[in-house]
Amino acid sequence: MGKTFAEKILTQKAGLPEAVPGQIVEATPDLGMSHDNTAAIKKIFGKLGLARVRDPERFVVILDHVVPAAQVQYAENHKEIREFVRAQGIRFYDVGRGICHQVVVEEGLARPGWLILGADSHTTTYGALGAFSAGIGRSEMAALWATSKLWLKVPTTIRIELSGTLPELVTSKDVILHLIGRLGADGALYRSVEFAGPLVERMSISDRIVLCNMAAEMGAKNGYVAPDETCFSYLRELGVTDYEPVYPDPDAAYEEVLRFDLTDLPPQVARPHTVDNVVPISEVEGLRVDQVLLGTCTNGRIEDLRLAAEVMGGRPVAEGVRMLVIPASREVWAAAAQEGLLGKFVEAGAMVLNPGCGPCLGAHQGVLAPGEVCVSTSNRNFKGRMGSPEAEVYLASPAVAAAAAVTGEITDPRKLLGS
Amino acid sequence: MIKGRAWKYGDDVNTDVIFPGRYTYARMEPEEMAKHALEDLDPKFAAEVKPGDVIVAGKNFGCGSSREQAATCLVAAGVGAVIAKSFARIFFRNAINNGLLVLEIPEAVDAIGPGDEVEIDPEAGVLRHKGREYRFPPLPPTVMEILRDGGLIPHLKKALTKEG
Ligand code: SF4
Repeated sequence: MGKTFAEKILTQKAGLPEAVPGQIVEATPDLGMSHDNTAAIKKIFGKLGLARVRDPERFVVILDHVVPAAQVQYAENHKEIREFVRAQGIRFYDVGRGICHQVVVEEGLARPGWLILGADSHTTTYGALGAFSAGIGRSEMAALWATSKLWLKVPTTIRIELSGTLPELVTSKDVILHLIGRLGADGALYRSVEFAGPLVERMSISDRIVLCNMAAEMGAKNGYVAPDETCFSYLRELGVTDYEPVYPDPDAAYEEVLRFDLTDLPPQVARPHTVDNVVPISEVEGLRVDQVLLGTCTNGRIEDLRLAAEVMGGRPVAEGVRMLVIPASREVWAAAAQEGLLGKFVEAGAMVLNPGCGPCLGAHQGVLAPGEVCVSTSNRNFKGRMGSPEAEVYLASPAVAAAAAVTGEITDPRKLLGS
Repeated sequence: MIKGRAWKYGDDVNTDVIFPGRYTYARMEPEEMAKHALEDLDPKFAAEVKPGDVIVAGKNFGCGSSREQAATCLVAAGVGAVIAKSFARIFFRNAINNGLLVLEIPEAVDAIGPGDEVEIDPEAGVLRHKGREYRFPPLPPTVMEILRDGGLIPHLKKALTKEG
């Protein structure tokens, strides 16, 4: 019987002849990533009484969650982290470089065949480039600093095969929201998810990132897209050629194979307060909106900003709506500035903020008041996630977010094109 | 042996209600974290929970962010175990790595009501409730060892000292 991607790569990274689902293995990752939580990890590491991180070249630290520091305690955290990474010789990206997941991809640190463990739940993102990447906790990152090894349970795998041609202004965000709505927030619990099929093969890296990023929201341990020429040429542009892709066997044993034809998929929206509370846009059209967030690790790339600007089509942000535009990284920011997109957003009345997580986690830069409604391109709409527990967050694509910004209510973006 | 009253909740209890995101980057000690445990779901939990009490919940407990404080705050609040129909992956890991027993026993979840007395013997693999015994498969040895040592860090510390 053949092996799934997850079985193959975990066998390899644990240095074993074979590993089967359910087995617990000790694996050594190629990369360990942490962000603003590095100060807390350092504190746990301190309890081990070790002076040095065992293999500092295996790790990267990126400050992105509350940047620049919004309060003294965040500033202290950042300061402590800067001193620590300098002393340990760990690769470091300071405030302003961008959101951790975007930076890892842009810096060529996500590669086919790599095992990446990150102290962040959306570490699943790097599966878009053929890596096995999963989120871990802070103690686990401290343990990795100490030993470069961690226990992992070999998961079973669900294969999701997507076909069809998406209608205009319907994106990979609508695809993944739809899948999460169908499968449920626990639809892939503990499991590895392989995204495949002609629709996925035609997707750009940016689109694949959206799928793998949000695989976490169906409970998956990791998401994966088989690396192909799209992936290799993306990496070539970054100057990265040093990797060995890992592919599932054609006769791999899947727990489930699900097939979806998405030809007529309408734009999708996840209503509060769970990500699987997904409906076609027609069911929520007309809902009044107070804030729109365009950005985050899910949808803050240049493709997303272009799409939003196209849908806005020069219209101003509606009266009473606050629109926040947060490019996912400095590179995205610079590209958007050069293309004139940022100017368009500002002229329309939006606020363009520095790269980072912004209000996605409800810490700063536009948190919500009780009773307010936000349309966000992010990946989570939990109660209290973006501020008040009485605020409501609707998750959608950049096209839907842009349409909401200019109309002041949830609107099918296709109604704005050409009008 | 773990013995206490049950606090019962539904499906999809996410980490944002177990430990609110607005506190996650505050520098907090576990005792302080305990005061905010389950704050957005059950405001009286933190004040009334007693050591050894257990949380009983539906499926996908601990979904959402990877924040380890969701496990840390429950341990600090004295929670003896969480029994659920299923757990979100990262929460499951964080719980074990913080020495918090997590068990998937769907039949027990259906039977146990709020405030019921529950007794758990993790080594023997038994949960007792109202005269009934529920057996659960023993946890893998690696995991049991981490739990016995009180979490991943104390476990590692022990291992490092032995090597050292
Ligand atoms: S943008 Fe939001 S989801 Fe992404 S890493 Fe930052 S806080 Fe997490």
